[in-house]
Amino acid sequence: MMGDLFSLFINSVFIGNILLAYFLGMCSFIAVSKNVATATGLGFAVIFVLTVTSPVNWIIYHGLLAPGALAWAGFPDLDLSFLKFITFIAVIAALVQAVEMIIDKYSPLLYVTLGVFLPLIAVNCAILGTSLFMVERNYTFVESIVFGAGSGTGWMLAIVSMAAIRNKVKYSDVPKGLQGFGITMIIAGLMAMTFMMFSGITL
Amino acid sequence: MSEENTNYIEILTKGIWKENPVAYQVLGICSALAVTVKMSTSIVMGIALTLVTAFSSMLISALRKKIPSNIRIIAELAIIASLVIVTDQILKAFFYDISKQLSIFVGLIITNCIVLGRAEAFALANKPLASFLDGIGNGLGYSLVLIAVAFLRELLGSGKIFGFNIIPQFFFDAGYQNMGLMVLAPGAFFIIGLLVWLKNSLPGVSKEER
Repeated sequence: MMGDLFSLFINSVFIGNILLAYFLGMCSFIAVSKNVATATGLGFAVIFVLTVTSPVNWIIYHGLLAPGALAWAGFPDLDLSFLKFITFIAVIAALVQAVEMIIDKYSPLLYVTLGVFLPLIAVNCAILGTSLFMVERNYTFVESIVFGAGSGTGWMLAIVSMAAIRNKVKYSDVPKGLQGFGITMIIAGLMAMTFMMFSGITL
Repeated sequence: MSEENTNYIEILTKGIWKENPVAYQVLGICSALAVTVKMSTSIVMGIALTLVTAFSSMLISALRKKIPSNIRIIAELAIIASLVIVTDQILKAFFYDISKQLSIFVGLIITNCIVLGRAEAFALANKPLASFLDGIGNGLGYSLVLIAVAFLRELLGSGKIFGFNIIPQFFFDAGYQNMGLMVLAPGAFFIIGLLVWLKNSLPGVSKEER
């Protein structure tokens, strides 16, 4: 059991990296990867939000929306799963807001580091994507926590390494038309190739 | 832009090439790449996104004087999410195979920065018809990039267009091989990078800021 969870974690960090294999969370990946410190801050915020939203959305989906989930209320044939998009986005936005207020109240130090990024995260496709993957792949409750944490870690790993590489690229001689966005995509491609090397590993 | 002499043609075409959303506003790349392994999925994705952008822009523009500005993001998200649910149900009903292949990426149109970006940047300040055309134009520009990437990936990666083999057999006999890299994730990154390089090198378009 633990072995399976560990393997799921490693799998979501490296092989199925949410950013480099599924292209989720690209907007903030491109925009915020100019500086290692900010990238690290955003990375931690994403790990945190993903680890919370994935299990909460699991509870809501399997308790209210899934086909037959409302049997306890007398509607065994009701299938509300089409409402998952709007429910998940509302849950994510509300949770991000709540997390922001809680951090602001109890840990001002953490708020200074993560606070700026939290509103940005509400519309990050990595967050919604993780919840949708969690439904599509039929994860159990514990698996959904591990998958959320693993996806967040993978995303952070990718954005921090990208920020470090872009710091070095500043000093290299990139062709004129490729400067900026173009070279960032090429670097992302090379990073995706490196991450794919893990795909042969079975745990 | 004053509302009397709004040039509808210009609004429509601006998004397709000159201010093409994927290459210039660096928006909406998210879902752009994962569906580009095949032409058919990316065309359906393009149509879905164009319609969602157009109708959400139109609705938001029609309601722009009614939505209080401090809760406008949540109101916009609710409109977009409802439209995406409709799109997803239509795809499931009429194109079940393709909707299975698109899997979660139809849902991710909600967080696609183009849709919300056009609502914020254009629809809140313009009339419904202009916003509708702006949505169509930007959606088509996005589809153009998506289809270009899918064309290259399907051609180089599996030697097919729309699922038909088009590389003649004697090429393979002579030692030609499909480029497996193109079917995998890195291929999409490389193609987008090279397309941006190509577009920056063409005359007549403003250079992207660094």
